[in-house]
Amino acid sequence: MSYLVAALPAVPLLLGLVGLLLSPGDKPRRRLAAALGVTGAALALGGTVALLILADDVVAASTSWVRLGELNVTLSVSAGVAALYVCLAVTVVALAVQLYSIGYLHDDPRYAPYAAQVSLFTGAMLLVVTSGDLILLLVGWEVMGVCSYLLIGHDRRLPEAPAAAVKAFLVTRVGDVGFLLGIALLGWSARSFAIADVLAAGHDKGLLTAALLLILAGVAGKSAQFPLHTWLPDAMAGPTPISALIHAATMVAAGVYVVFRLYPLFAKSPVALATLGVTAAVTLLLGALSATAQDDLKRVLAWSTVSQIGYMTGALAVGSPAAALFHLLTHAAFKALLFLAAGAVIHAVGTNYLSRMGGLRRAMPVTFWSFVVGLGALAGLPPLAGFWSKENVLVAAAHATEGGEPVPVWTAWVVWVAALAGVLITAWYSTRLLLRAFFGPSRAYGPDGPDWEVGFDDARYDRPGLPHDPPRVMRWPLLVLTVPAALLGLAAFAPGFRTALELDQPHLDVAIALPMLLLVTGVGTAWWLWRAVPGADPVLALGRVRPLLANGFYLDAVQHRLVVRPVRALAGLVKLIDERVVDGAVEGTGKAATGLGTLLGAAHRTALPRAAVAVFTGALLLGVVAAIYGASA
Amino acid sequence: MNALLIVVLMVPALGAAITALLPDRAGRVAATVTAAITFMLTVVLALPRTGAWFAYVGTDRESLVPWREVNVSWIPSLEVDFHLAVDGISAPLVVLTGLLTLLCCAYTIGKVPEGGSGRTLAALLLVLEVGILGTFLAFDLVLFFLFFEVTLLPMYAVIAGWGGPDKRRAARKFVLYTLFGSVLLLLGVFTVVTAAGTADLSALLGGLGLSRTTQYVAFTLFALAFAVKAPLWPLHTWLPDAHTEAPTVGSVLLAGVLLKMGTYGLIRIGVGVTPSGAAWAAPVLAVLAVAAIVIGSLVCLRQTELKRLIAYSSVGHMGFVLLGIATLTITGVQAALIGNVAHGVITGLLFFLAGAIKDRTHSGDLADLGGLRETSPRLAGLFGFAAIASLGLPGLAGFWGEAFAVVAAVQRGGPLWITLAAVAAVGGALTAAYFLRLLRRVTHGAAPAPLSPGIARGEWLAWAPLVLLALLLGLVPSLVLVGTHDPISAITEALR
Repeated sequence: MSYLVAALPAVPLLLGLVGLLLSPGDKPRRRLAAALGVTGAALALGGTVALLILADDVVAASTSWVRLGELNVTLSVSAGVAALYVCLAVTVVALAVQLYSIGYLHDDPRYAPYAAQVSLFTGAMLLVVTSGDLILLLVGWEVMGVCSYLLIGHDRRLPEAPAAAVKAFLVTRVGDVGFLLGIALLGWSARSFAIADVLAAGHDKGLLTAALLLILAGVAGKSAQFPLHTWLPDAMAGPTPISALIHAATMVAAGVYVVFRLYPLFAKSPVALATLGVTAAVTLLLGALSATAQDDLKRVLAWSTVSQIGYMTGALAVGSPAAALFHLLTHAAFKALLFLAAGAVIHAVGTNYLSRMGGLRRAMPVTFWSFVVGLGALAGLPPLAGFWSKENVLVAAAHATEGGEPVPVWTAWVVWVAALAGVLITAWYSTRLLLRAFFGPSRAYGPDGPDWEVGFDDARYDRPGLPHDPPRVMRWPLLVLTVPAALLGLAAFAPGFRTALELDQPHLDVAIALPMLLLVTGVGTAWWLWRAVPGADPVLALGRVRPLLANGFYLDAVQHRLVVRPVRALAGLVKLIDERVVDGAVEGTGKAATGLGTLLGAAHRTALPRAAVAVFTGALLLGVVAAIYGASA
Repeated sequence: MNALLIVVLMVPALGAAITALLPDRAGRVAATVTAAITFMLTVVLALPRTGAWFAYVGTDRESLVPWREVNVSWIPSLEVDFHLAVDGISAPLVVLTGLLTLLCCAYTIGKVPEGGSGRTLAALLLVLEVGILGTFLAFDLVLFFLFFEVTLLPMYAVIAGWGGPDKRRAARKFVLYTLFGSVLLLLGVFTVVTAAGTADLSALLGGLGLSRTTQYVAFTLFALAFAVKAPLWPLHTWLPDAHTEAPTVGSVLLAGVLLKMGTYGLIRIGVGVTPSGAAWAAPVLAVLAVAAIVIGSLVCLRQTELKRLIAYSSVGHMGFVLLGIATLTITGVQAALIGNVAHGVITGLLFFLAGAIKDRTHSGDLADLGGLRETSPRLAGLFGFAAIASLGLPGLAGFWGEAFAVVAAVQRGGPLWITLAAVAAVGGALTAAYFLRLLRRVTHGAAPAPLSPGIARGEWLAWAPLVLLALLLGLVPSLVLVGTHDPISAITEALR
């Protein structure tokens, strides 16, 4: 059975590597590339399902990989039922994305490497989930970073794509500096990098807190937590299916999963949990508020991801890893659905901008209903998936405010209040998105007439005359994903699922009244604003705050000014010093030697009389010296 | 079988002589055949005598027992022996030398850089190989010094004969600067030999009763000499010039194996012969190594010339290797060894690819490059792979050396070493930054001019082994680390 677990990441990784060898180009190659991609995801999905049926306990196996000094690095897998559920989410989304991409990139000449990179991405995430060793986990973790870089930069026609790709990789890599150091501390303290050993070892308290805080830096990078979240909205430059992959099941879920995996250690460190809680609350509100003012459909969804990941890390902080994982699973379902549906919209209308949409409900009924389900789940509308998982998070936070958890009480309060505020804001921007895109009159021909620029579609399509639902290969993944997005929440009532996640039974008591009230307020306000001034964006009601939110609180500019520019200036200075001072000294030594040589050479090239004088002077000097020494001896 | 150690030096030496006598093309082929034979011999040499590849968990031997050795008395009056040996520390480097020389000779069949006859170039590469192999195999201080010097002149000739427009100045700087290092090495060698009365490395292991002062003085001299070769900041400025001007094969060998003589020497002689000196100077060495990592990366961030950038990246990478050595722990030195080999493979590949790009675009200026993934997707893919391997992606060869140099520094503990580990890790992020900048400049964007997208067969032949090795060493680091535990623990034992 452990071989099967090992095969989960290995198969997509291997097929991805094979796929990279295919030269891009003609039709048969394309078919082969698509077949490889789909096979990889399908096999991994099949393996996961088989394991879920067969395995009734943690499947683990380990063998020595390499030994450096006294540190042991193992090649080990370990998959409990919870991990398998995450694998299930990953593989389902990956398969949907692979199928969807066949249609979405149907005329992209560089489809073959794209499909291979998606396979590698999937395999890397599965490696993170099933790894039983921190170093092996780091392999998956970083390979994912590289794949995100390659995929975000995929579109050759978008001038901003390369920059966004570099940003995604670099920002996460900055977090990974901490991640690597944290792993080094833990591995050194446990004398082993195997996760089981690390969890079992008795760590020094200060060291443990330091290591966990460092690991949280890496988690913040990958899971787009404040202040390392800045890469995620820009990552929208990638093709839309990639956004679905990154946001739903891979990349951003990895950070949450790692904290879940190492939770026994986090439970011992209130400082780490408090840090996690505060960043979670900040991220949650930051993401939600920024989502309200975006005009770009995908950016609304991107900021909503930032916010929803905040719910997950918040749940982790208040001591409920189960709620975090549950929300991770439901979020994977509805966010993948939303992004794929967004891709269908963009595919149909040729723009990302909400200000160019409107009235799409009649033309694209399938897409419309997918959006209704997805946004309902996102906002936490009962009985859709997001309602149940978010309720779990809120209950866990409320429970932690009563004390008795490892996390400080004040942190629990912060998380709880932020989570409640998040419900209101999420409902507001979800409603705005739905109304702006699907209701009202069409704004495809804007106020300036029909000659608007098509520059933001992310694959090469001609803009069709009339919007329509996507072709079959793109429609089916959508339809399949609506099922978990709508119903996965009910899994909380299934005892098997609940024990696997160690989830509490959902209780529908008075505690849900407050979030429901906030939800209705959010939806109502957005609807009322939209209704009051026909055709106007509800966000205009925000007035002068709007640019602040639209620009994500200008944190990009802050990051640019505080990090990028100083580093660049420092690099320039160091280069100058290296060339002028360090190398200058070397060159100067050479020049000085040559100069001295020339000087001495010139001194030796004098005319006879002066040379004769010099010889006599020399002889005289030597004679005097000899006389003095002779006298003294 | 121990005579193999001598044969492996004789074959390329004879091959060089034959190559020089044959007509041009036949000479290049002969050189390649010789290099191939030598490579096979190095592989045989590197097979551990016990054959136990994966059972390498340390035993408690304190002495250094090489896998094979040959010891012939040479100059008895000076106590200098012709003592060659191979063990876990030198074996991977020996194979790497054999491989890279073979690839470079094969590359020369297809493409001769301008400046002279290809036959002479191939012969020089073989002479260079004799010197490098001798350095790695020598188990006698004086012999080590001799081989160390043998490499100098062929490399000078390769740069001065087949290099770029400013080749003479670069070659002169290279030879004078490294000669300065050699003088210090010579002083160090004689300090040790006169004090200890023997030049035999296995006898000298652990210091052999050398006084503290002698060790301090000798280690300082050794460290300076090897720091020039490695190179360690701030003694690195010969490297960018030499790399920028050297022909592709010259750059590959220079970065791939020549620099390793410095780090290898530091482990084998610096730490092995003068352990107290090493322990005394380790913090300084580590600080300089970390400075090299950060400064090398920062300079790369603002570098505008392709080969110069890769040269400076070598400064950063060798900083990680030197940091590993400076920790003086088994983990650290093992990290240094695999970092050494990985850097040889990856940077060798990078220089091959940079040479190919320069040949096609006739410019190494980043401002003139761009759009490679449009004009030549394969080349762009390979270049991307090499760059990503070089920035230390886990799963590829470069990861182990860098990550575990940091881990080893953490392992040393204490505020100084933890700080150094943190700064080195930040250097890792900077490494990613400049490689991504490089990729963005070279592969993305608009292509200034169309170029032939194809890759010649000779090029594939030279590059494919390096691509495979970069992946293989990442997945199976034991290939390099097998058999390193015992000799390294023997070397670091003296410190405890």
